[in-house]
Amino acid sequence: MENRPLEYDYTVAKMFMVTTIVLGIVGMSIGVFIAFELAFPWLNTILGPDLAEYTNFSRLRPLHTDAVAFGFTVSGIFATWFYVGQRVLKVSMAESKFLMFIGKLQFWLYVIGVTAVVISLFMGYTTSKEYAEFEWPIDIAIVVVWVLWGVSIFGLIGIRREKSLYISVWYYIATFLGVAMLYLFNNMEVPTYFASGGIGDVMHSVSMYAGTNDALVQWWYGHNAVAFVFTVPIIAMIYYFLPKESGQAIYSYKLSLLSFWGLMFVYLWAGGHHLLFSTVPDWMQTMGSIFSVVLILPSWGSAINMLLTMKGEWQQVAASPLIKFMVLASTFYMFSTLEGPIQAIKSVNAIAHFTDWIVGHVHDGTLGWVGFMIIAALYHMAPRVFKRELYSKSLMASQFWIQTLGIVLYFTSMWIAGITQGMMWRAHDEFGNLAYSFIDTVDVLHPYYALRGTGGLLYLVGFFMFAYNIYKTMSARPVEESELQNASPMGA
Amino acid sequence: MFHWLEKNPFFFAVGVFVTIAFAGLIEIVPNFAQASRPVIGTTPYSTLELAGRHVYIKNSCNACHSQLIRPFKSETDRYGHYSLSGEYAYDRPFLWGSKRTGPDLMRVGNYRTTEWHENHMKDPQSIVPTTIMPGYPWMFTNKADIDTAYAEQLTIANVFGVPYNKAVPMKDGSTKIVKMGKDLKDAQALALAEAQEVVKNMKDQDVKDAVANGEIPEIVALIAYLNSLK
Repeated sequence: MENRPLEYDYTVAKMFMVTTIVLGIVGMSIGVFIAFELAFPWLNTILGPDLAEYTNFSRLRPLHTDAVAFGFTVSGIFATWFYVGQRVLKVSMAESKFLMFIGKLQFWLYVIGVTAVVISLFMGYTTSKEYAEFEWPIDIAIVVVWVLWGVSIFGLIGIRREKSLYISVWYYIATFLGVAMLYLFNNMEVPTYFASGGIGDVMHSVSMYAGTNDALVQWWYGHNAVAFVFTVPIIAMIYYFLPKESGQAIYSYKLSLLSFWGLMFVYLWAGGHHLLFSTVPDWMQTMGSIFSVVLILPSWGSAINMLLTMKGEWQQVAASPLIKFMVLASTFYMFSTLEGPIQAIKSVNAIAHFTDWIVGHVHDGTLGWVGFMIIAALYHMAPRVFKRELYSKSLMASQFWIQTLGIVLYFTSMWIAGITQGMMWRAHDEFGNLAYSFIDTVDVLHPYYALRGTGGLLYLVGFFMFAYNIYKTMSARPVEESELQNASPMGA
Repeated sequence: MFHWLEKNPFFFAVGVFVTIAFAGLIEIVPNFAQASRPVIGTTPYSTLELAGRHVYIKNSCNACHSQLIRPFKSETDRYGHYSLSGEYAYDRPFLWGSKRTGPDLMRVGNYRTTEWHENHMKDPQSIVPTTIMPGYPWMFTNKADIDTAYAEQLTIANVFGVPYNKAVPMKDGSTKIVKMGKDLKDAQALALAEAQEVVKNMKDQDVKDAVANGEIPEIVALIAYLNSLK
């Protein structure tokens, strides 16, 4: 074989970069809109009473969560896999026509699946289970997309030149296996049309599990969807992109081992913390609490490993907005993996559960950790896959500060809102009667809802700046074709 | 060992899978062994109630309303007796929710009436001036999907043994039979009869006319469901 560097083929990575940005805009815009609906309820009928069914908070809420989780984040995971996978395994997608075909097929099926999700959720087809709202035909499509991704992962691993799997690949494999297991078991459902011999709606299905069991499976899934969509693959990204961008080696291999296997073992147990004081058996609730606290160890293991990777090179944080994104992402990861266990302690959960504090917690993880890491990954990839200089570094820096301010507004307002409401719900007066009616505890939230909407809006503005920056990078003239700046006329 | 695993993707994947599947096996399987048994007084949903439950799900009411009363004084004062596992035996899916933007609805049938729901669903601000809940006027014109509710009843009766047309023990020692239609036509007739009971307490003339003409608007089914939550 010729002794020259591999030409990696980023066709599929580019396709998923586009969906990452498009679905990010869709999901976050809906998020900002419904956030303001809570502050200003007249927005529910902004397009008039005839369309209110489709602009209403409750109809849009699953669209928001699913668009950012399975649209923006999962696209980001796929985009980075089709970039990172080739590079750490030292093999090009161009070497296998089969894998290239599978990759493209996966992309187009994914696009069809997303379209079906959007249409069906707007129409009100939902199973009601959070992050698993899709009805059974879409579930099947999702399984196919996922299996195709598995073929890509293990296919590429099968023809790899680098024998040892890099840390990022561990995490991508875990993402694939974890989501596959969780998704299959949580979506066990019987399509009623077929079970009843052709009566009613074809799309409708009924859960295989009832009541408490259903809740248990759903939150085993719901919690670990967070693990295997919002944590594991994002760690895969940071283990690749931070060392690459900073030129620093990973601080400790042993720490990465400990955090990986620790995370795999501990995470699944913690799902019970969503069901504290519910009707699931007490020992499971206690296990959920305890393992949530234990979870700090592997989570902080990864985060500290990342921060120490920057040891001695902290001037890069000041100099490069891209490094800023990643360092703040690991910091938010530490922050939300400390906040989560605190909320999982039973006495804290008694106040926090059902309030906006939980919403705040989810968002400092997703906006700060997931969002920032995916944005950083795409910024790192863009010049390399499009073979053009990044359009504007200063735009990137302003985006960073605007979005950071947005996140801070978001979680601080939700902290105050959540704790205020939690305390008001439980307050009794001197005679032992409830001190507040429910509506009192809603009225008091208005300023925080307005503030949260503003925080979300700032983040969305930053995301548009990101989209613009990437768009200008893509559509610029390629570096090779542009004329050298000091080329003499004679040389032309 | 870890270095060896990193060079052998197959065994690596097996190792990861075993590590993550472990917790699920231990936590989930034992609870399934003693599958949710209904407490006395818990009955399956009637056709109309089930259709109403579908309206509830279709509009993601569970995004803002929980159906889970925790065992605290503040919650039992506000919403009634704390939830028992067996009360959910016929809930497929469960609708506990994860956020209380509005109040819990586990026992809303105990303290709200048909009339209250009718006014509130049409224009929540007319009942609670500062509420942030939007109105759901389309439920007064959209038709409830009785056929799908019946298909679900057939499915759960056949596949999961939900006791339709069977005597179910009640708290006062009596028994109650929740009827399920023999066929689709029968089911539609049963649902309509239930709907006629509900609209007796409603004011909206269009809804009353629709039911008189044999059609069931979503709001009627939804109210039947909400009234059944006790």
